[in-house]
Amino acid sequence: MTAGAIAAAVAAGERTARSVAEDYLDRIAADDSEIGAFNLVLVDEALAAADRVDAAVARGEPPGPLCGVPVALKDNLCTRGIPTTCSSRMLEGWRPPYNATVVERLRAAGAVVVGKTNLDEFAMGSSTENSAFGPTRNPHDTSRVPGGSSGGSAASVAAGFSALALGSDTGGSIRQPAALCGVVGMKPTYGRVSRYGLVAFASSLDQIGPFAATVADAAACYEAIAGHDPLDSTSIDQPLEPIEDALAEGVEGLRVGVLAELCGGAPPEAPAGNGAPADVSRGVEGVAGDVLSRVRDAAETLERAGAEVRTVSVPSAVLGLSAYYLIAPAEASSNLARYDGVRYGLRVDAANAAEMNVNTRTAGFGAEVKRRIMLGTYALSAGYYDAFYGKALRVRTLMLEEFAAVYNDVDVLLCPTAPTTAFELGAKTADPLLMYLNDVCTIPSNLTGHPAISVPFGRGDDGLPVGVQIMGPALSERLIFRVAAALERTATGEGSAP
Amino acid sequence: MSGEAPERETALPDGWELVVGLEVHVELSTATKLFCGCANRFGDEPNTNVCPVCLGLPGSLPVVNAAAVDFAMRLGRALGCEVRPAVFARKNYFYPDMPKDYQISQYDQPTNIDGRLELADGHVVGIERAHIEEDTGKTTHVGGGGRIHDASYALVDYNRAGVPLVEIVSRPDIRTAEQARAYVRELRAILLSVGVSDARMEEGSMRVDANVSVRPSGSDELRTRCEIKNLSSLRSLGRAITFEAGRHVDLWSSGERPRQETRHWDEAQGRTTPGRSKEDAEDYRYFQDPDLVPLVPSAEQVAAIDAELPVLPAARRAELLAVGAGAVSASDAALLVERDQDELVRAAVSGGAEPGLTATRVANDLAVDDWSRVTPASLAALIGLESSGQMTATQAKQVLAEMVETGDEPASIAERRGFQAMAGDDLAATVDEVIAANPGEWARYRDGDDTGRKKLSGFFIGQVMRATRGRADGAAVNRLLQERAEPA
Repeated sequence: MTAGAIAAAVAAGERTARSVAEDYLDRIAADDSEIGAFNLVLVDEALAAADRVDAAVARGEPPGPLCGVPVALKDNLCTRGIPTTCSSRMLEGWRPPYNATVVERLRAAGAVVVGKTNLDEFAMGSSTENSAFGPTRNPHDTSRVPGGSSGGSAASVAAGFSALALGSDTGGSIRQPAALCGVVGMKPTYGRVSRYGLVAFASSLDQIGPFAATVADAAACYEAIAGHDPLDSTSIDQPLEPIEDALAEGVEGLRVGVLAELCGGAPPEAPAGNGAPADVSRGVEGVAGDVLSRVRDAAETLERAGAEVRTVSVPSAVLGLSAYYLIAPAEASSNLARYDGVRYGLRVDAANAAEMNVNTRTAGFGAEVKRRIMLGTYALSAGYYDAFYGKALRVRTLMLEEFAAVYNDVDVLLCPTAPTTAFELGAKTADPLLMYLNDVCTIPSNLTGHPAISVPFGRGDDGLPVGVQIMGPALSERLIFRVAAALERTATGEGSAP
Repeated sequence: MSGEAPERETALPDGWELVVGLEVHVELSTATKLFCGCANRFGDEPNTNVCPVCLGLPGSLPVVNAAAVDFAMRLGRALGCEVRPAVFARKNYFYPDMPKDYQISQYDQPTNIDGRLELADGHVVGIERAHIEEDTGKTTHVGGGGRIHDASYALVDYNRAGVPLVEIVSRPDIRTAEQARAYVRELRAILLSVGVSDARMEEGSMRVDANVSVRPSGSDELRTRCEIKNLSSLRSLGRAITFEAGRHVDLWSSGERPRQETRHWDEAQGRTTPGRSKEDAEDYRYFQDPDLVPLVPSAEQVAAIDAELPVLPAARRAELLAVGAGAVSASDAALLVERDQDELVRAAVSGGAEPGLTATRVANDLAVDDWSRVTPASLAALIGLESSGQMTATQAKQVLAEMVETGDEPASIAERRGFQAMAGDDLAATVDEVIAANPGEWARYRDGDDTGRKKLSGFFIGQVMRATRGRADGAAVNRLLQERAEPA
């Protein structure tokens, strides 16, 4: 049942929110031991929230757009009085005294929070294997990873544990697991969704967004959480455009660019008569053939539906990964400094404050977090700032300029979400660089702050879901949801829950 | 601050010149903190004015307090600074009383740059920058006599965390310890006048660090400097600079050189002791804070600030000196402006009061918190009575004190008290009676030198005052005594 159908049924009194919540909680109880999507299942809280929704419906109050819809929250979103761990020993047992803005908005929309989902520690990773509480498994094949870092949220929707889930996307952490789990995942324009209450990884890149089984559900969830928040200085103060009407509009006349550099340096054949040949000699490596085939299928689908499809080039896109792995760790090294054992979370005692600090951080952080803190500290150090962090900022500026230029010629861009389908657990844990390459196609949108969506589109040679990515310029959410909906109509029957 | 003991200054040995720049941290007196809505209040129960933002809890985000930015720009304009678009940066270092383990400050793009501060004596000190930043919490070390190294534990109060500060960095234009103190006094006067801080050194709402070096006189080089911390009073500031400069001269003179380091002023020992050296200085890894957006003041905003700036202390002193045309002393002028009594004096003078006497009387005898009942007209009347000899100085002081309490007119107070200066002939007769009654003292007065006479004139004035129940004018008595000791 889609989130939209649940909300309609609960609002109409055809189902109670409680019965919906019980169904989902039963499924979690039955199957999550196999998947490990949740750090914490909120049985009592979910039932109490469902009862409040039912009472409101009974009183005839106007139903919220997500009335009675079960939602899972990535465990880096603060929930008042409820543990928020970031899947780290460092925050084990910490209960925030406040709710993230998105949590308040979901509740106002009538959603019922069923639990907190697993992630790579502090959202650093692409497989959800970096969790202090053990990995999450891909519901399509439990020997495979769900992607990351929002792997728990992606798996929750894919396994039917929740109709919707929220994740955070710093370098692809919503879109890549969405692709690997065969669900829709969307990163809004930076500033569209308040970051207040999202435990920061890299503040200039982090953005909260939805997971859903359908594009329409993802759009409804996005609309519920988006909009200006005075508690976040980087929040955009501009009205939201309604999205639902746009989903059926189709793509006739839209200009779609296939982004050569993110299609492995060997762009899918552009349909005849479109676009100048791009310089693709500097494309990123490692995008699998089956994934490229699905991107080509998607391009053809859009063209058949009336879009103008052409191959375009953004040369700096290949630099994204390098720039990202300087900027994100630099910000993280500062954001994670506060975990010092003084005020909350883990404390490992010592003779003085400085040693206590070192002992706490040594014990509390996992290897990947430590690696990034060290990388970032180095990148910001006196004498190295210009060569590393400063240069990365210049790459970011260059990318913004090049993407702005390409959006003069096309309305949206099409490329893979992830280079491959879901890989085996443990396959990349020994090689951090190999793991980082998972984000090569998703990182550019974080560096530019532009919105992007991953929509399931067929399967790979191994039978696992493939996601294709639609990117657009700032504040083009309505447009990219519309293109994603057009692809979804073609892909019907593919990439849904196993 | 006006009442501090004068500090004896040891001038540097010939051939050496002192070079000092000051960094002054000032807490802004906004109602709320810099990045959250918590009360900005000194002295509350520890950890009662805190929230997720100023405690740096995971997920919290700062939102800049527009009033704090406005206060900082007002201060900047009062210091003659250019107000510029600014960005907040993170200064990264670990310390338990800093909730996020970074301080939000301004680094390469501060709000205010390139100002100047003119001291009471006319010397001008350049202002390099005046930037906005947040304060830290306050750590109290418990046990082991409060010393960090011996303490058994520490308590942290985060009420101060996130309180808005402006750090005012001077250029190294200060040449004497007295100038350094005058700079801080003047800065404080400006802060109070603009109304952006209560600027209390003793409560820590104004904190001063001094960068001290020396160089051969006439040179314009900048030699290795030391930054002196823990200066909790103007007296400490002057003493520390004098000590540190002497230490540098000794080192250079003996062929050594000071190490660039932070030093700690030990008030009890009267010396500085080494702290962190440049080699183990922190690398703060400044970068633009991605949680905040740039501050871009509009031209209209700056114009509005300029339009609302009060007349600043330097201009007010100048006005007072001009009114008196040399009759008002510089020190009285400084004191009157500091106490906000310059307007009263100027109004009384324009009401006909004698400028020098008015300034002195108010400076010396109106050091009270509430002088609102003293009007320019009543003050002018009082000074008129005194300067015309109808009232003695002693009487004028008593009348002024009663004016403060009751607001009555000086003439009616004088009448009620029976105050009226004794007419010249009556006074001369009384003086002669007192001389006759004290022949021994008179002989010693008459035959004594200046010093001897000074001592004894007090005795005679006292006797005359007693005989006249305070109606005599002491200066007149003194004149009569002298006339009688040395008849023309």
